[in-house]
Amino acid sequence: MADSLNGKAAITGIGETEYSRGADKSSIGLMLEASLKAILDAGLKPQDIDGVIPYSLGPVGEEIMTGLNLTDVRFSAQTPMGGASPVAALQCAAAVIAAGVCNHVLVVLGRRGSSDSRVANRIAAMPQFRQISEFENPIGAIAPAQLYAPMARRHMELYGTNEDQFAEIAVTMREHAMLNDNAIMKKPMTVEDHHASRMISDPFRLFDCCLESDGGTAVIVSAADRAKDSRAPVTILGVAEGHPDSPSTITQRPDLMTLGLAKAAPRAFEMAGVKHADIDVAQIYDCFTYMVICELEDLGFCKKGEGGAYVEGGRIRLGGELPTNTHGGLLSQAHIAGMNHVYELVRQLRGEGGAAQVAGAEIGLVTGYGDLGDGSVAIMQKAS
Amino acid sequence: MSDPYLKPLPEPSIDSLPYWEGLKDRRVMLQRCSDCRTVRHYPRPMCGECHSMEVDWIEASGKGRVYSWTVAHHPFHIGFKAETPYILATVDLEEGVRIQSQLLDVDPADMKIGLAVEVIFGQATDDLVLPYFRVAK
Ligand SMILES: [Zn+2]
Repeated sequence: MADSLNGKAAITGIGETEYSRGADKSSIGLMLEASLKAILDAGLKPQDIDGVIPYSLGPVGEEIMTGLNLTDVRFSAQTPMGGASPVAALQCAAAVIAAGVCNHVLVVLGRRGSSDSRVANRIAAMPQFRQISEFENPIGAIAPAQLYAPMARRHMELYGTNEDQFAEIAVTMREHAMLNDNAIMKKPMTVEDHHASRMISDPFRLFDCCLESDGGTAVIVSAADRAKDSRAPVTILGVAEGHPDSPSTITQRPDLMTLGLAKAAPRAFEMAGVKHADIDVAQIYDCFTYMVICELEDLGFCKKGEGGAYVEGGRIRLGGELPTNTHGGLLSQAHIAGMNHVYELVRQLRGEGGAAQVAGAEIGLVTGYGDLGDGSVAIMQKAS
Repeated sequence: MSDPYLKPLPEPSIDSLPYWEGLKDRRVMLQRCSDCRTVRHYPRPMCGECHSMEVDWIEASGKGRVYSWTVAHHPFHIGFKAETPYILATVDLEEGVRIQSQLLDVDPADMKIGLAVEVIFGQATDDLVLPYFRVAK
């Protein structure tokens, strides 16, 4: 059980569109463009794809099958966990591959988060937010910034976590984005810029909040024995999802600061058979600066309450002990709901990270966080 | 003519209707398991402790303490534009469950974990009363 999915599957192809605030393509157009790039990158033809897992918000599997003319799909599903969906989809893909159902599963996400419906309207329509809609929207708790801010506030009150530590994350993401040709935010940011940005929902300022973006990203998860012929396969060593206590509402959760990732991470590390010190590069779901702190704690890189101090002193910058979000993250590259984090981890482990390449990166980790506390994590290694 | 009510309206379910009906009488009603007596919120059909589906409704004291909070500055919904900034408090009720609402008439600088608060009621529409908080007297 512990090593059930270790080595069973590898990511063989990755594809992304241009990330922007005004795409000239529909969401399905963005998904198909990214998908085709990923399929070709894997050295495959569209007809080789026999599994499809699209993001749970937006165009469905049937549209992808029609669009790419896939005629032999044997498995399709969604993993409706908001930003935890892409990494949870890797677990889903690896599981159906290990079961022998599929050889090549397409995991794809495309959205017009900037050009179409904005986040407060999007989540109101999601069944995962039903209790929020009934009990919290009427009194003015509407958007993720407002729903998540009390988690950050309590962390600050109990542990002394502060806005300089939030700024360190925001500035780091911006510096990394400036090294990325496919990043939206390219203007330099200082700690002072962060502190001067307008308050959205205390303690979150504008520069603590992720972008709203248009774009598509796709990866191909292949059976290990079918991955050998591809150009640069990256093996999934460990993958897991976890759900917090009271997953349908944050308000009723016994401990607001411990999320689903805290349950998933020990399973993923055990499955992978690696230690935290083995992780050369990390892509951490960064919808808000604080979430990076919380996830580093839930992952076990430091104890609960120590995440603020952990990110200080350049530890998560390129050249630091744990280079994090080398693409610029949701905060400064683009918000592709974390599928861009999966793409970036594969890029790094292939040694194709360009100006943001972590020297000698062999093993890396990617997380997802979504809805109201769901978490997912995958640990990968370049195939030998 | 009063201004149109622009805020989101709750859609009560068969499980939550007594909560919303109770608010109309200016009472905060909570579900209590008929079998193991565990109090739960938000309203739902089954007790998570003993899995009984039998339920009694009890009236909360309305007294509680701040667990955490945020100060909402950016209006994400047109209905709240006129009231920003407002404090959204997550409150531990005496009965052992939480309730979230706006905490009125308090300086954000005075906010702290453990602040004692009490429920007050606001008539939102003819058919809707919402719970709010103020600092306990
Ligand atoms: Zn019970």
